[in-house]
Amino acid sequence: MSEPRIVVEDLSVCLGEAEILHGVSLAVGAGEFLTVIGPNGAGKSTLLRCLDGILVPSAGRVRIDGRPLDEISRRELARRVSFVPQPDAGFLDFTVRSYVEMGRYPYLGAWAALTAEDAARVSEAMELTEVAALADRSMASLSGGERQRASIAAAVAQGGSILLLDEPTSFLDYRHQIQILDMLDRLHHERGLTVVAVTHDLNSMVAFSDSVLALKDGRVVYSGAPAELLTEDSLASIYDAGFRLLPGGYDGLPLVLPARNGS
Amino acid sequence: MRADLRLVLLGALALAVVGVMPFVGIHALPLSVLADPRSTDPAAVIFWQIRVPRVLTAFVGGAGLALGGAAFQAIFRNPLATPYTLGVASGAAFGVALASRLGLSLVVAGLSTHTVAAFAGALVAVGVVWMLGRLRPDFSSTVLLLAGVAMSFFFSSLILFLQYTASLGDSFRIIRWLMGGLGAVDLRTLVPMVPVVLLGGLVVAWHARELDLLATGPEIAASRGVAVARTRTVLFIATSVMVGGVVAACGPIGFVGMMAPHICRLLVGANHRRLLPASILFGGAFLVVCDTAARLVFFPAELPVGVITAFLGAPFFLWLLVRKVGPR
Repeated sequence: MSEPRIVVEDLSVCLGEAEILHGVSLAVGAGEFLTVIGPNGAGKSTLLRCLDGILVPSAGRVRIDGRPLDEISRRELARRVSFVPQPDAGFLDFTVRSYVEMGRYPYLGAWAALTAEDAARVSEAMELTEVAALADRSMASLSGGERQRASIAAAVAQGGSILLLDEPTSFLDYRHQIQILDMLDRLHHERGLTVVAVTHDLNSMVAFSDSVLALKDGRVVYSGAPAELLTEDSLASIYDAGFRLLPGGYDGLPLVLPARNGS
Repeated sequence: MRADLRLVLLGALALAVVGVMPFVGIHALPLSVLADPRSTDPAAVIFWQIRVPRVLTAFVGGAGLALGGAAFQAIFRNPLATPYTLGVASGAAFGVALASRLGLSLVVAGLSTHTVAAFAGALVAVGVVWMLGRLRPDFSSTVLLLAGVAMSFFFSSLILFLQYTASLGDSFRIIRWLMGGLGAVDLRTLVPMVPVVLLGGLVVAWHARELDLLATGPEIAASRGVAVARTRTVLFIATSVMVGGVVAACGPIGFVGMMAPHICRLLVGANHRRLLPASILFGGAFLVVCDTAARLVFFPAELPVGVITAFLGAPFFLWLLVRKVGPR
């Protein structure tokens, strides 16, 4: 594997008294798809925010393409890394096109119009994510799946080659979950994007990824290939819950079924 | 582009309002007053010395308030935010009340005591809220907004105390100032307000794209490349100084700052590169129209313009809301 794009060394984050992350280290190679799993409150979203400099860690550091985050300006970082947060109905009602165009912010002057290249990147991102037909709709009028696609379109238009996603398939029905996963798979394989996604979806998202990182109580408890993670024992220790593994998942992986108490 | 067309129409309308309103009054003035600004003809004196400064003050004031409201609504992501959200108006009112009660004379550079006291009070109130934000950098914008509201109530109670202990005359003067009005406006009030509003307005306008992103969410803004904390600070200071300047000159005129941005969003959409110019044009023209009405309806007495703004503006806003015109 070539030089890693993201390197995290001994990262700790304290918010007030609470320690959210403790001594987390990881590396993500170019073109790698890393899934971050773990129970609620394990620090997954916090880790993702540290990778994009939205949160400043209390100790340790993050390097992107070999450079420490605090030496990279926000605009320059935005040209490398795009973040897709959990859906949030923003306060203002922008059209889908306006929203995706905002992805071009790190390339634009205050009142400068979009250049031909900006416009091309915006159209391309909207076609890749299949939201071109929705261009003049308002964001508020979209369904959950459409809004998530528009949100990814804006991140793609931003032009960085590292994509961070916070639970991109939560709140979506099955068809839309698969649609988003297929889209991420295409962005990852066809365009070589490096992807880090936080998820609770152990069946599909984990199977789509090259490697998995499991967090529990702010610490890394597993890091490696999906196949080795998916055992009843390791899942039970991560989630403090029973699981049954059945044959027949994607890529020869088992299907994960949470076990009911006493079964 | 329908939104662009609406913006152009709004511009034409604003130009017409500013051009025509100085001629409007109980005594409509003839066009001949335009010929010589220095003429001693009474009509020309009324036109150039009284009505033109007043119309311009109303336009600049309304534009500043609307721009301030648009900026604060985006930063706080709250449709109820006003340019007074951080306590500018109540601080200014306290300044005026205190100066009246103590009989202070604070004439600086030809500005009236009220203007100076109001500007100083506005800056003190915003300064306190801003310091709170600095002490706790993890304060969310919601907390800052609540701090501003708490400051407003604090100053309001101080104002009530001052009024309770004041003479009837002083008390009335304070109430009258609180209603906002342009009756005492002349060139000396207009001249210092213009650079303050212009400077603040330029800073806000320069951040149109950042306002789009901040309205979408601080995390998205940061990940798209906005230096969120620094941008917010710059916008807070620029907006507060601008609004403080307007309040010092015109009093805490209500409604324009909160509603003009909403009306403009219904007309031209949420994009701040259209919304900010639209707010300047609409807010300015709206206050000119309201002030003209304030001069006329009770002639020879004058209504405080603050009474008119909400009386005319609220039904208009409700009508727009129900009709849902504009790009959705």
